[in-house]
Amino acid sequence: MKREIWKGSEAIAEAAIRAGCRCFFGYPITPQNEIPEYMSLHMPQSGGVFVQAESELAAINMVYGAAASGVRAMTSSSSPGVSLKQEGISYMAACQLPAVVVNVMRGGPGLGSIQPAQGDYFQATRGGGNGDYRTVTLAPANIQEAVDLTQEAFDIADQYRNPVVLLADGLIGQMMEPIVWKERTPRQLPEKIWAASGRRGRDHTNFITSLLIDAPACEAHNLELAKKTAEMEKNECRWEEIMLDGAEVVIVAYGTPSRVAQTAAENLRKQGVKAGVFRPITLWPYPYARLKEIAALDTTRVFLDVEMSLGQMLDDVNLAVAERKPVRFYGRCGGSIPHVSEVEQAALEAWKEVK
Amino acid sequence: MTAAALFPHRLTIVTGHYGTGKTEFSVNLALALAAEGERVSLADMDIVNPYFRSRERRSLLEEAGVRLVAAPQALSDADVPALPAELHAVLEDRMVRGVLDIGGDPSGARVLARYRPRILKEDYQLLYIVNANRPEVRTAKRSAEYLRAIETVTGLVCTGLVNNTHLCGETTSEDVRHGVNLAEEISQATGVPVICHAAEARFIPQLLDLALFPITIRMKKPWE
Repeated sequence: MKREIWKGSEAIAEAAIRAGCRCFFGYPITPQNEIPEYMSLHMPQSGGVFVQAESELAAINMVYGAAASGVRAMTSSSSPGVSLKQEGISYMAACQLPAVVVNVMRGGPGLGSIQPAQGDYFQATRGGGNGDYRTVTLAPANIQEAVDLTQEAFDIADQYRNPVVLLADGLIGQMMEPIVWKERTPRQLPEKIWAASGRRGRDHTNFITSLLIDAPACEAHNLELAKKTAEMEKNECRWEEIMLDGAEVVIVAYGTPSRVAQTAAENLRKQGVKAGVFRPITLWPYPYARLKEIAALDTTRVFLDVEMSLGQMLDDVNLAVAERKPVRFYGRCGGSIPHVSEVEQAALEAWKEVK
Repeated sequence: MTAAALFPHRLTIVTGHYGTGKTEFSVNLALALAAEGERVSLADMDIVNPYFRSRERRSLLEEAGVRLVAAPQALSDADVPALPAELHAVLEDRMVRGVLDIGGDPSGARVLARYRPRILKEDYQLLYIVNANRPEVRTAKRSAEYLRAIETVTGLVCTGLVNNTHLCGETTSEDVRHGVNLAEEISQATGVPVICHAAEARFIPQLLDLALFPITIRMKKPWE
């Protein structure tokens, strides 16, 4: 297969088009402007619709409308812009509308910086908007994976009728890497008989709303959503294990820090320190069960959680490890990327501490 | 062949599609010219990319004696199209060799239009970087369209093509040869000559028949 060089943001946009996305609505923000830029040229060429909305709120509500009509729709933004979209994501979860939301994270809180960060972990994995709902959160660590997960995101969204978040840090959005366009086998998906796409001879009108003013009806609806949440937790968990054979120090990291951690672990192995990397690919559902097994291994001595935030995924690592082994933390934030030497040093200190 | 002989003009303006490797080439050219004893300034004129800009290699360049002309640190990540006043020094000081690293596409090259009157008074070459592994410009037709569009927005004429075909860490000498063919096709379509082929020094033994500009990867990712 032919390898090509793609920039992360462009690759995500092209992957969405190839996955059958026919509506893109967005509003520019660094560091993901190449997504709307690419869409503005290529979406119309592929028979779809591109709209640069007047705001993030408008964009997410256009996605809501397009998704309600049964069309594959997507929006993208970066951290502060994604905060603005939370209301729409909550409404779509309530209305059981499939859509893909891409967040190419930058430094925060607030407007923050334009350099890469991971401070939106809580927002993405805990729902983000109001109410009881979760969104499958996919975190690519390279451009090939960004492509594959973007395509997968549309299938997951359709299967569970739920918004899916692709959570990339700024570096994944901006860097270039070789990729191949694989032949993929789409999931068997149910027909969208719920879509508000015109009556077309049906004996009833499809009506989509998140307003359930009768409390028992609203509770019953929440319990239906909870069944889907449980299904997603059961079926959609993904992770990668890198050099974990006999690893004494296990670095847990996703996205860009997992690449840094891998180089650090390779360097440590050369120095005789058995280091490895556990890389969650889905941040929700989180691979608790596998991390718990690793924590129970005799060889595992200590965990080091590495993030481009100040200890958000750390909560999930602690939930999984549950004090079976010590958990240490190293993080940079606000747009700074951890250096290989810093991660190496932190891992070495953690390892010496428990040796 | 020396870098100064391959690129004999005082100002070298480096343009092309996004991600073809303009910054990598520019940093390497500035370092090569400095190593040959030239007084060199590298102007980071990229106002369209937030990351992977030549200003990120300030210490490497300065240690090699290259003067980096870039937006001041306070504006470096400000996400505004700010250009430093010292740029005029590079354009006007005829004792200095200037390498101008321009942002991608016609949108990035637009920054040059403002300096066109000055550039026309100087001894300059405007290069168009070719990378056959970039999907938007992998055909001669598309590549030529970008080249002409860059000329249109800048009001300057492209004087040379540089084949910089790579696949990041997975590049082989075959990729470079693939780019040779594309560069020649673009040359036939546009009449713009191929100046040379940029390739990592490790590929030199397999590419001895080509006019090569050997490079060392300087714009590495944080884990490389």
